[in-house]
Amino acid sequence: MFKWLEKNLPKVVLAPAVGLISWFVYGFILWTLYISFTNSKILPKYELWGFGQYTKLWASRKWLIAVDNLLIFTALFLIFCIVIGIILAIFLDQKIRAEGVLRTIYLYPMALSFIVTGTAWKWILNPTLGLQKLFIDMGFENFTFDWLVNREMAIYTIVIAGVWQSAGFIMALFLAGLRSIEDEIVKAAKIDGANLFTVYWKILIPMMRPVFFTSFVVLVHISIKSYDLIVALTQGGPGISTTMPALYMTQTAFHKSQVGLSAASAMMMFMAVAAVIIPYLYSELRRENVS
Amino acid sequence: MSANISATSYKQLEQKSKLKNMLLRWFLYFVLILFASYFIFPLYVMIVTSLKTMPEIRQGNLITWPSQLNFKPWAVAWGGRGYGAGDTFLRPYFWNSIKMVVPAVVASTFIGAMTGYVLTKWRFKGDSWIFLFLLFGCFIPFQAILLPMARTLGVLGISNSILGLVVVHTVYGIPFTTLFFRNYYVSIPNELIKAARIDGAGFFKIFFKILLPISAPIIVVTVIWQFTQIWNDFLFGSTFSFGEAAPIQVALNNMVLSSTSVKEYNVDMASAIIAGFPTLIVYVLAGKYFIRGLTSGAVKG
Repeated sequence: MFKWLEKNLPKVVLAPAVGLISWFVYGFILWTLYISFTNSKILPKYELWGFGQYTKLWASRKWLIAVDNLLIFTALFLIFCIVIGIILAIFLDQKIRAEGVLRTIYLYPMALSFIVTGTAWKWILNPTLGLQKLFIDMGFENFTFDWLVNREMAIYTIVIAGVWQSAGFIMALFLAGLRSIEDEIVKAAKIDGANLFTVYWKILIPMMRPVFFTSFVVLVHISIKSYDLIVALTQGGPGISTTMPALYMTQTAFHKSQVGLSAASAMMMFMAVAAVIIPYLYSELRRENVS
Repeated sequence: MSANISATSYKQLEQKSKLKNMLLRWFLYFVLILFASYFIFPLYVMIVTSLKTMPEIRQGNLITWPSQLNFKPWAVAWGGRGYGAGDTFLRPYFWNSIKMVVPAVVASTFIGAMTGYVLTKWRFKGDSWIFLFLLFGCFIPFQAILLPMARTLGVLGISNSILGLVVVHTVYGIPFTTLFFRNYYVSIPNELIKAARIDGAGFFKIFFKILLPISAPIIVVTVIWQFTQIWNDFLFGSTFSFGEAAPIQVALNNMVLSSTSVKEYNVDMASAIIAGFPTLIVYVLAGKYFIRGLTSGAVKG
């Protein structure tokens, strides 16, 4: 017995982590998957009901709005974060004085919760006392800014706050990428007569392909999971105009007590994340094996 | 003669490019500072708003400096107005968060360190599959485990309790802490371990006497990462707790959304700063480690 323990000690030590993750991650996902095929309402039922919940989900107006919003948000969130991130990274890479201070400022939103930043942005975007009043006081008398309470525009307020929170992080990823490239390459290109713009546009940015890939995965992942920011900024409103899948899932589960339907929406989110993550993990592992 | 001309034009050219360079640098700084003000703007607005009185907020605008510093909103946000029922303030929830964060960070870091140690220094067949198996846990959208987790906490009798949140955060922190320690230990030469084994050191002795003393940087990274994640969590907090057991982010959200009284934006802003303060301080003091965690544990919402 003692001998066995001694020999298998590493595996014994590994057991808690493997056991917990098997149960709480894989077991729970399978449970959610199963429940999504049942007609569970307040309490889970275990008789299978086929794809009923999925048909119901994709026929629900609210879910379709949530998916639409997710697509709009993801597209804008990706574009703005990556563009701002690259610009800041390239500019900071020019031997800038006070680089450390600037970097700290660009990245600090990542240390705050979405509830904190959502609260701040909600106040800034306040339709009467916020930005609108600031601009009126500055002399733009007819300036109106009511996006937060405007059905058509409210989703863009979430983009504004989301980009503000995450762009600095993309900057950090790109800056690390730029710094890992040998100076020799840049020097050689300059000797060949390339100007700084060409060096970046033709040489360095194309070399950043893995960073683009990582940023894409990180940002899509954040946007699919977006929940806190919406709760803090709009709670899905006005009406249901800023609902997103994560909010739909929790509302359906815990306010409407439609457990089966919410499980189906959770599985859709899971599949969306898996579609992005599995290729990413695969390529990361391959890269690790090559090197 | 001709040589003379080209010399002057070369000089002119040089001057021109110097000027161009200077303009370019001005432009660089202009853009960088512009973005810096965009990033700093909400924090500035939060601070000045939290120090104004409500009449002053209505008269002025977002950026006007308070005519005199008014700390009452801070006192109200932290300790309430002192009229019993319906008076919500952050102090008890701040302590809830502390009671939740400390054990969850310690437990998940310890489990991650041991797991990372086994996966790199006591390798066996199929261990990289186990790593992948654990790593996948970093990426799942938590909505996919919310329903069974709620039931499990109920069955265990720890729903709506701080203990329940400690369990949840510990479990879902393990993939990240394992990732951090595994990637750190992989770069430590195996010869060190082999030599110790020849000297007769056992499994635990090697960990505590050899690896742990050189693990300080990765422990800092992991602790900061877990602290920030758990402190800032809202999804688990709002799903698995309510009322008195809620962590600070949930309490902040409830305070800001409560429609019972007249909106007091100064109190809202003071509350938001209080709820963000601990992670912000950690970021300012240990930014280097924070960023290291961020770039290696990147994929989490």
